[in-house]
Parts: sequence; C-alpha cells; structure tokens
Amino acid sequence: MITIILKRILLAIPVLIAVATLTFFLIKQAPGGPFDAEKAVSPQVLKNLNAAYNLDASEWEQYTDYMTGIAQGDFGPSFRYPGRSVTEMILTGLPVTFELAIYAILIALIIGVFSGVLAALKRNTILDFIPMAIAMIGICVPTFLMGPLLVLIFGINLELLPVSGWNQIPGDKLLPSLTLGFAYAAYIARLSRGGMLEVLNQDFIRTARAKGLSETAIVTKHAMQGGLLPVVSFLGPAIAGLLAGSFVVETIFQIPGLGRFYVEAAFNRDYTMILGTTIFFSAMIVFFNLMSDIAALWLNPRSRDES
Amino acid sequence: MKKLVNLPIIVSLLFIYSCSNAISPVDSGLENKVFHFGNGAEPQGLDPHIVTGVPEHHLLIGLCEGLTTSNPKGGSSFPGAAQSWDISEDGTTYTFYLQKNGKWSNGDLVTADDFVWSWKRILTPSLGSQYPDMLYYVKGAAEYHTGVINDFNDVGVKALDDFTLEVTLNNPTPFFLGLLSHYSTWPVHKETVLQHGAIDDRNGQWTRPGNFVCNGAFKLKTWELNNKIIVEKNENYWDSKTVQLNEIHYYPVANQMTEDRMFRAGQLHVTSSLPSQKCSSYIEEKNPNLRIDPYMGTYFYRFNVNNPALVDPRVRKALAYSVNRKQIVEKVTKCGQIPAYSFTPPGSNGYEPDTEIPFNPDLAKQLLAEAGYDESNPFPKLEILFNTNEDHRKVALAVQQMWQQNLGIDIELVNQDWKVYLNREMIGDFQVSRAGWIGDYEDPNTFLDTLRPNRGNNKTGWENPEYDELVELANSNNNQDDRYELLMKAERILIDDMPIVPLYTYVRVYQLSSDVKGYFPNYLDHHHPKYWYLERD
Amino acid sequence: MSNNSSLWSDAVGRLLKNKAAMVGAIILILLIGCAILAPVIAPYSYSFQNLDLGASPPSSEHLLGTDILGRDLLSRILYGARISLLVGFVATGVALVIGVSWGIVAGYFGGRVDQIMMRIVDVLYGLPFIIFIILLMVIFGRNLWLLFGAIGAVEWLTMARIVRGQVMSLKNQEFVLAAQAMGISNLSMFRRHLLPNILGPIAVYATLTIPQVMLLESFLSFLGLGIQPPMSSWGTLIKDGVESMEEYSWLLIYPGITFTITLFALNFFGDGLRDALDPKTSDN
Repeated sequence: MITIILKRILLAIPVLIAVATLTFFLIKQAPGGPFDAEKAVSPQVLKNLNAAYNLDASEWEQYTDYMTGIAQGDFGPSFRYPGRSVTEMILTGLPVTFELAIYAILIALIIGVFSGVLAALKRNTILDFIPMAIAMIGICVPTFLMGPLLVLIFGINLELLPVSGWNQIPGDKLLPSLTLGFAYAAYIARLSRGGMLEVLNQDFIRTARAKGLSETAIVTKHAMQGGLLPVVSFLGPAIAGLLAGSFVVETIFQIPGLGRFYVEAAFNRDYTMILGTTIFFSAMIVFFNLMSDIAALWLNPRSRDES
Repeated sequence: MKKLVNLPIIVSLLFIYSCSNAISPVDSGLENKVFHFGNGAEPQGLDPHIVTGVPEHHLLIGLCEGLTTSNPKGGSSFPGAAQSWDISEDGTTYTFYLQKNGKWSNGDLVTADDFVWSWKRILTPSLGSQYPDMLYYVKGAAEYHTGVINDFNDVGVKALDDFTLEVTLNNPTPFFLGLLSHYSTWPVHKETVLQHGAIDDRNGQWTRPGNFVCNGAFKLKTWELNNKIIVEKNENYWDSKTVQLNEIHYYPVANQMTEDRMFRAGQLHVTSSLPSQKCSSYIEEKNPNLRIDPYMGTYFYRFNVNNPALVDPRVRKALAYSVNRKQIVEKVTKCGQIPAYSFTPPGSNGYEPDTEIPFNPDLAKQLLAEAGYDESNPFPKLEILFNTNEDHRKVALAVQQMWQQNLGIDIELVNQDWKVYLNREMIGDFQVSRAGWIGDYEDPNTFLDTLRPNRGNNKTGWENPEYDELVELANSNNNQDDRYELLMKAERILIDDMPIVPLYTYVRVYQLSSDVKGYFPNYLDHHHPKYWYLERD
Repeated sequence: MSNNSSLWSDAVGRLLKNKAAMVGAIILILLIGCAILAPVIAPYSYSFQNLDLGASPPSSEHLLGTDILGRDLLSRILYGARISLLVGFVATGVALVIGVSWGIVAGYFGGRVDQIMMRIVDVLYGLPFIIFIILLMVIFGRNLWLLFGAIGAVEWLTMARIVRGQVMSLKNQEFVLAAQAMGISNLSMFRRHLLPNILGPIAVYATLTIPQVMLLESFLSFLGLGIQPPMSSWGTLIKDGVESMEEYSWLLIYPGITFTITLFALNFFGDGLRDALDPKTSDN
C-alpha cells in the first residue's frame, strides 16, 4: 500500500508540470489580454504594461521564468489586482471554498447514502420510490435554479435565513451548502442504491443470509463495502466537479471562494491567477483521486492483492 | 438509523429558528451610522493612478480628494483640496490655493508639492497608467508620458509655494475643472508610496490596510478580498465636521439578482444596478426604493466603416433609419431610457444637439437601393458583436428583427465573452458591435472627442478631417455659445455620416433605501459620501 | 459459457415488462418525435418577436405564454427540444465511446498501461475547463457540433474512471480467470465477457450523463458560450426563467417541467435497462 501511495505521489509531479505547461500555452492562444479595457489602451501604455509584467518577452522565456518561480513557491503577482500575489489570493479563497465543499459533501453523503441504502433494502416499496423521486429532482434541477428558489422561499418570503454572505450573518452557511450538496446527494443516492442492489443479489450475501446472520450485520458488514464502491469511485470526480458547481453557488450567495475567483480570472485573462489556481486544483484533484483509489482498493479486498 | 437522521434535522430547525430573529444590517446601520454599499465588483485596487473602473471610483471618492470635487447636485465644481482658484484671462493658466488645513489621514499637511509629485507619478511611462490622457491638456504632459521629454520641470505644473499650485494648459480648456474630479488627477502620499516601492512600482504594498494614507473624508480600515471593504471616518479631513457616517461597508456583488435579494432582505442601503426584468414591475408597483436618474451616457452600435458592406454612408443611414428606438426603450429595455438621436446626450451642461434620426423604413429601403443593393445584388449578411449580457442580447435580438423585417437583411448575432469582444473591437474584427460611452466630465467634448481620428476609443475607422477640425477649434474657445455652435456642427457631420448608430441615452437605475439622505441624482453618477447620512422617517 | 443471443432476448423481455421504463421510453419517443417535427407542429417561429405584446401569460393565441420579447414559449420549447436532446445524446455518445474503450483497456491491463492511461486522465482533468472550451469556441468558431464534441471530450474522463474501477473489480472474478485460462483474445474478452458485465453500470452512468450534459450546456450558455441567440435550448430557457421567476413564472414553470419530465423519462428508462441487463438484480 505504501509503495503505491509513494509511487502515485511521485507520478503526480510530472502530471502537475504537464498541466501547467498545457494551460500556459493554451491561455496564450485565447484572444484578449489582461489589459484590454472599455476605454482603449493607447499603444504606448500597452507597451509599458506589457514590459512591467514581462509580457513582451518570448513565450518560451515567459514560460521558463514562470516555472522556475513556481519551483520556489512563487506563483507571481495577479495581473488584475496590482499588488496582490496569486498565492495570497488563493489562500484567501481556498478555505472558504473548502469549507463549503466539505459541508456540501457531508450533506450529500449523509442524505445520499442513507436514502440509497434504504431504497435498495426496501426495494419497490414506497420507501424506495420517495427517496428516489426526490433524488431525481436533485439531479434534474440545476443549481442556478435551486439556489434562487431556496433563497426566495426561505430568505425573502419566510425571512428565515440570510440571502447571501458567508460568515457575515448567522445562518448564512446553510442555504449555500444545501444547494450545492443536494445535487450530489441525488447522484450518491442513485449510485448507492445501484451498488447495493448489485451486491445484495450476489451469492455470498445469499450464503450469509442462509447462515442466519442478521440483516443489519449483512448490510453493514458485508454489503456496504462492495455496494458503496461506485460511490467511492464517484467521490474523486465529484470533488473535482465541485469547482464548477461552487462557482454558481458562490455567485448566487455572494461567497468569497476560489471558484468565483477562478472564473473571473478566466474572463479577465489574469494569466498568473488562472495558472496558479489550475495548478492548485490539479494538485487537489490528484490528491482526491488518490484517496478515492486507495479507498476503492481497501474496500475491494481481492484487488488489494495485486500491486 | 432513523434516529441519526432526525438529529441533523432537529439541529437545522433550531438553527433556523434562532436566526429568524436576527436584526438586519440596514436596521442596525441607523444606530451605529454604518452604510452598506453594493459595489458591483471587487475593486482592482486603491491606487488612483493605476485603477480604471467605476467600483474603484466609488471607493476612491471617499478615500481621496482632488483639487476640486463634483457638486453633488450637478453644476460647477466645489472646492476640494483647493479652497479657491484663479483662471487667467486667456484661460491657459490656473492658480489653485490649497486648503490651509488640508491633511492626509496620518496628519501630514497636503501641500502643492504633493500634487506635483503625484502628477509626475501618473505621467511616468514605466508606471503604465491607463488614464493619463486626463492630464494631457496640461502643457508638456503628453510629451513627458510618451518619453519625448524627460525632465518633469518642463511640464506645466509647479508648486509656487506650499499652498499654491500653478497649472499651465496647452489651450484654454473650458472643462478642465470638471476633469479634476476624475481620480487619475488626485494626489497620493509621497512618503508612503516610496516607503513601499519606487515611484513606478505597480505592485507596491502601500495600498494595504495599515499602510494606506490619503486625503479624503474616510480612511481604509479593513479589506477582505472579494468579501467586504470597510472604511471609517477620517478625523484629519479638513471638512470632517460635515461627515456624519462612522463607517461604510462595500460589498462586491457582481450578480444583479443576488444584489436585488440582498437589498430586499435589508442587507444593503444602495445597489449598484437593477435586473432589467425587475425594473418594469417595480415601476408598475411604484416601488419607493426605485431610483431612475438621468445619466450622461449613450448606448450605440459601432460600424466598422472599413468593411466593404458598410463603406457607403447611405447603407449606414439605412440601417440607422430602420431601427425603432421608441419601441426598444418602451418594449425591450423598459426602464426609463430615452431614445437617442445624437451621439452626445442632450442636456449635457446645456448642450442641446439638433440632429435627427427618423424612423423611416421606406426611406431606409430607398437609401439601400441607391447604394446599389437590390434583388440581383442582395445585401450580404451582417454580424452584430456584443459581450455576454442579458440586456445587450435583448437589444441585439430586437435590432436583428428590425433590420430583417424592414430591410430584408440577414443578421447574425455573435455573443462573445468580455475580453474576446474587446479584442475583436480593438483589431477591427467586427462589422457591427454594441457599445456604450459614459462621460468623464460634464461637457460634450467627452463624447465628440472619442470619434476623432487616431483616438483609441474610436474603433470605427471613421476619419473626418472637417469633424476633427471643428472639435479642435471648440477646445480652444472659451465662449460657451461659440463652442457649442462648433460642436453642434461637428455633431451634424457625425449624424450625417453615421459611423455609429445612437440607440438610447442611459439612465442610472438602482435601489436606494429610504433611510438614506444626502444622496442626490447626479448626471455623472458622482456621489460624495461626505454628504450622506442615515435617518428614518 | 453464456449464450449471448438468448441473454439479450431475455433482457429485452424483462425491459418490456418494466412499466416505469416503458412509460419513460414512450415519453422519450414522443419528445424525440416532437423535436424532429418541430418545424411542422410549432404554431410560431421560435424567433419571431412581438415587441408590442411582450411577456404575456398563457392564452388562446399562445398556449404557454410569451417571453419578454413576445416570442411564443411553446414554439421555443419545441425547438429547444431539438438542441437539448441533440446535445444530450451526441455528447454522451462521444463520451461513451472514448471513455469505455479507455477504461476497459486501462482496467484490464493494469500495471504500467493503467498508470499511464490514468495519468493522462488526471492531466486532462486538471485543465481549466472553461478556458479549454473558450479556446475551442474562439479558434474554430461557435459550431454546434464542436460544442457537442467539446462537452463529450470532457465527460469521457469520468466514464473512463468508473469503467476502469468496475473492470478492476471484475477481472479477478472466476469467469474472467476461466476465460483467460481458455486463452481467448483480448478483443473477445472485452466484447463478450467484460462489456456485458459492465453494461449495467455503463447504462446507468450514461443515463446519468445525459442530463448532466444538458445541464452543462445550460451552464455554458449562462456564460455566453453555448447556443447563439435567437436559437435556444431548454437550458437557456430555464436560465431566463429563473431571472423572471417572480414576475413571469410561466417562463420558468413550463420549460422546467418539460426538462424535468425528460430527465425523469431518461432515468426511468436507464434504470429499466440496467435491471433488464443484470438478471440477478431483477425483481424476486
């Protein structure tokens, strides 16, 4: 196991380098630069700006400068916010997005696994139908519809919860986490139901039942390990997908998270910010995929043997 | 298992119950004199010589002060850092007498030298300021900025003594005082800037909370990136007795729907804008918080006059005459906008252009035929370029249908993201593009100047020497009536040649809490926080 | 050894008996029919604006009402069906083909091959999706087929991961080991042994992907990168509806309901498919 982990971490480094390189050159192809503004910039000023940010050097030179900087932990200054470094901005937005993501995943796991397992156990009864119907709604309703709807009901009409902010007014974390988590809860519910159904009908379960083990023991000790495998595999990409999802939630609820920063950087052509956040998210994705794979391996005893 | 599920539900309900009695920020603001301002976007920064946008302006107007300040109700400028000024007979020399007790937020006196040094800074080429042209009217300024001259002593701004500043202009520029209310002409504190970097260091840390020093009514308290900026009353401000607020909280809310919800939930005193769907329903229900103020701005479509299809002015006029402006403002934008029949908004400082653009599809068809287009030679497909925005999309859709119905022309809508849109306009890769222009100061020159040849903001490729000459002449003339005569002639040439199609005059639409007093409609949307206070009737 | 043809006909039989799946299938066929016949059955053109009318609630002239520019909502929903369904099926198809092939190969061979292939997946995951799409849209123009390809090219990654996971757990099962012992070719292994056994999860995941793709398309339109006006998909109709939620609720309700019903149908059908293909999980 340890060797696997170490190997994966070592492999992660070239992955990140490749991601950085690809992103760097891709961004350079997109038209529009960081200094294009509604009030046109005179060529003279543009020249000065490009010089100040080293944009007039050759692409290769810019690339090598940037990569050496990263090796020393310096992601450069933001192009859009003079005086701010990318590292600083990432470290400001990250804890917020992370917290939002954790709450969302927790909500998703708790509601999702519970409903999915319940539905699988009580298959084709009303206890299967209702959670799955609700899950269906969660999948079908886009976050940019769910959020405003919840805000309209709970924030404006019932005046129970704040309509925006994060950590500004008590209770403002509830609606955003719920909005973001609900969609994932739906997926997880379906995946756990599917997975559980597959496992529950396998022979070794029949054997266990025949042996007289209690249903609870069967479910928790034997079935869930294999049955929740699809959920575990899903978690890696789910967390990656949280970035796009969090942007919508962060915009609707005015949350100062990394998702919002990231998309604004893309639209503003804030090169260093885009690169920095991309590399950072790649690292996170690699990390979570690794965790997900380890968990999958651990849950699946037979494939654990082959290393 | 079921019990485990009940627990979070119970906790959430308790939570919700306890929160339902929280007091709203607007309510608490009354007592602690805190103003909650919806600011539309995260400001780029606080360096008045580097930033370029409107959200930055809203912040800087409270934190720093130029020689003059805008009159909140419009009209001639009020004293700012300068308590009075003299203008020479020929209009090219201005002498400013600074406030004797004008102070920076750290207690230092504001001196004439501060202004000289600050203007030197913004005109320093290596700083890369994007707004130096505000000062180009000063003698030698353009030359210094473009590197033609290297000694700042040759630029027409001098400190005669600690409190007297002399500015020499190239021409008698009648709108010069108005220009000074733009933040690019404002001063920065020399010691603080140099303590954290060189004069041309864009990334200096001098603007951080704890370092930032400026001469405005408020000073910087905290800055949570992308979340909230707090400024507090500056006791060292020369007019601090007028300032009634203790703090202002700025929220960078970019999403209009979110902002609207925040306002309705009592989290903001004022919003930066209003979703257009809400406008008509608020107008109908006579919402008392709705504000629709006149605004010095024009919404128009640019033509790329170098495009073979658009070279002929008859074609451009045909397109202009087949747009029903009334229908656009009444049925599409629906928020009190005014159809525009000139480029410069009428009423700008008393300027009333007399140009006309009739809605006449028959005449338009005729013009198109005259330009040589008919069944055998059909007019090619045209593209309308605009940046991603609900309102631009609706207008473009309406105009598309009007051109298709009235002229039988095939129109394609091209919607691009902001930067791509800007870039395409800049390199001339467009045929028709959506545009808007807001005045920087209250004078028609701020509009007409942009369409002169070799202006970065022209983007149409239109170059008319007669027009250019008229505007240039008007700039050197001190008599308002004469000036306006010249400018109107220029405007007529513009509308006759139609390199742009004016659509409507902007209005400033926003929501303002009834608790707010001292916030007046202003043609340039300049609202000085030193006059605001909170009171509930 | 299984006899493939009778396995499939058993599956079809089970599918036909599943009421929910059949209802879903009928709804889908109806919708696809409406989408294809939209130019014939739509009462108005999807782009014709009646500016004087503006937004109006459902009436006898406009069965589902009109939007802010006076365009008939029913017609726009019918035409929107074409775009949305097309995006859903084509992009998912692209993702399916690439993802399944990739995942089977990586999962089955394991070791070095797996490492390299999954590393490539990780690299592609890390790309800033928005930039990638913006770039493609800008360089190659706002081509509808390019949009499908771009979305599909992003979605295949997750498909590959899941298929790989499934194959890795399958490959140590007896029937695989037995087939290996019998020396059958890899291609045969993939086609006859692995694929049928992972069809269940693939089918489920594919039906989960189609709505995700449709939602993704609406997110892109939200950012200004999707369908050009005046055409629109259900995603853009819903987005517009959300913004007029309080003033013109019909603009949200009807597209929303249509979207939801379609997704429900897809899911019920997908479930039925899965149940039919995996006899051990069918009703006892």
